[in-house]
Amino acid sequence: MTAVSLYVAHAGTMVRRELIRTLRTVDSIVISLMVPVGILFAFVWVFGGAIQSGGGYVNYVMPGLLLMCAAFGSSQTAVSVAQDIKSGVVDRFRTMPIAGSTVLAGHVVASTLRNLATSAVLLGCAVLLGFSPQATWGSALAAVALLLAFILAFTWLSTLAGLLLSPEAASGLTSITIFLPYVSSAFVRPETMPSWLQGFAEHQPFTPVTEALRAFLLGGDAGATGWIAVAWCVGLGLAGWVGSAVIFRGRRS
Amino acid sequence: MKTELAIGVSRLRKSFGGKAALADIDLSVPAGSVFALLGPNGAGKSTLVAILTTLLRADGGTATVGGLDVGRQAAAVRNLLSVTSQASAVDEFLTGRENLTMIGRLHLLGGAKAISRADKLLRDFDLHGAADRKVSTYSGGMVRRLDLAMSLVRRPEVLFLDEPTTGLDPRSRLAVWNAVRGLSKQGVTVFLTTQYLEEADQLADSIAVLNDGRIVAQGTADELKRLVPAGHVEFGFQDPQDFGKALTLIRAERGNAGNNVNKDDEFLTVRVATTDSAAVITSVVASLSAGGCTASSIAIIKPTLDDVFLALTAKQEAKQ
Repeated sequence: MTAVSLYVAHAGTMVRRELIRTLRTVDSIVISLMVPVGILFAFVWVFGGAIQSGGGYVNYVMPGLLLMCAAFGSSQTAVSVAQDIKSGVVDRFRTMPIAGSTVLAGHVVASTLRNLATSAVLLGCAVLLGFSPQATWGSALAAVALLLAFILAFTWLSTLAGLLLSPEAASGLTSITIFLPYVSSAFVRPETMPSWLQGFAEHQPFTPVTEALRAFLLGGDAGATGWIAVAWCVGLGLAGWVGSAVIFRGRRS
Repeated sequence: MKTELAIGVSRLRKSFGGKAALADIDLSVPAGSVFALLGPNGAGKSTLVAILTTLLRADGGTATVGGLDVGRQAAAVRNLLSVTSQASAVDEFLTGRENLTMIGRLHLLGGAKAISRADKLLRDFDLHGAADRKVSTYSGGMVRRLDLAMSLVRRPEVLFLDEPTTGLDPRSRLAVWNAVRGLSKQGVTVFLTTQYLEEADQLADSIAVLNDGRIVAQGTADELKRLVPAGHVEFGFQDPQDFGKALTLIRAERGNAGNNVNKDDEFLTVRVATTDSAAVITSVVASLSAGGCTASSIAIIKPTLDDVFLALTAKQEAKQ
């Protein structure tokens, strides 16, 4: 077996392990869906009449909700990584003839699959509530690719957090991902916010990614925002990936 | 004669934040033997295991497993060893069976073979009834047995057991002991750490005592027992008057060796230190009956590893 196929075989076993864990802890999937679905209903039915943004509010809010759901779902990786480190099972893997990083690869691939699945469910709910995307095949593909990049970026950041924090602290951290989208263009336009908050809202990753996703899904022109969104995802993802690799390796001091 | 070394450690050092956890450790474990590293909490046992199993880097000195350097040839060393550490290294979200097949797959056994191997180990370790339950529902003893079974999915050349029976009930402890004996028969080298002297006495071909990061004694159980003064013969008495009379008689009988006689006024016992218990019993009983009193009990007390351990660690404390 070549080194690559060996790595893939080991990582495949790790992904399988993570997926079994996911199916055993259905509550965490339900929660990561409940929050955005609940917010979807609340925004469309409760605030939808008051917040006018031209066209159906569900169309405006949906891209942001997709990202909120993906960010929250990805952040669960921090909890499972932290649990793994604490349990000692990672130490067993490290004494076996396998590359230790396959453990992390297992978490990341499993998180990606899990989040693509929850995104599809959320999208289904939104369509039932009247969400009508205006995407071409090309822009739909761009939307999926951007969502994927966003999930990967947040998953790697969460992996890093999981390596640094206790399971309890990691689980507390996940609530930040629920809060951040509010201070972005996900639900209301930043122009309506106080000026001191506008600066933050316009320059945090949720805003460009939301804007780009909105353009891809609703037929607008993403323009430069698309590239800014990609840059954020690549930058955050790389930071998480490199950080995780360094911390994971450094544990053997 | 085969003198192949399974584990060789020379002048190994490790410190954490300036405090020495291991100071110039030298050890050698012949292939196929059972070695016990004995020491109290905080002696450095787990640190040494972590270094030998490639989890931790030493500050200096060398350590080899199967002739391979654990620092420079870590990947090759991992092909030879399995570890069952104190912190149970099992996946709590999986069932016992899933844990075992996962390890089988990681060893590239292939699906069917991983499943049949898991099945055999579940039966060997008395976990068959709980095989398809999540590990988080297992008792401490079951987790430890599963942990050990996971270390044996592939037969290791060297098996490290870090305090394998700490906190276990007698049944689980026996299961672990039997597994160690069985593996040793198959030629697996076993390196175990323990706080229990009885465990080292029962299982190990050779023993090293680790205290405060230093090896304070090394040898077979019998060799270590010879490090402390001989055993005792203990004579017990019912009546305080008998006790007093007997003490005088025994002291007179022992003559020059009288300072080897100790009494316990509370329990009315007289202890005679000796290497020849039979001779002491014969002569003391004879002189007691000549003097008109009898002992109500006679006990031979052999030195235990506990005596060795306490003597060795106390000696080191006195030196500091």
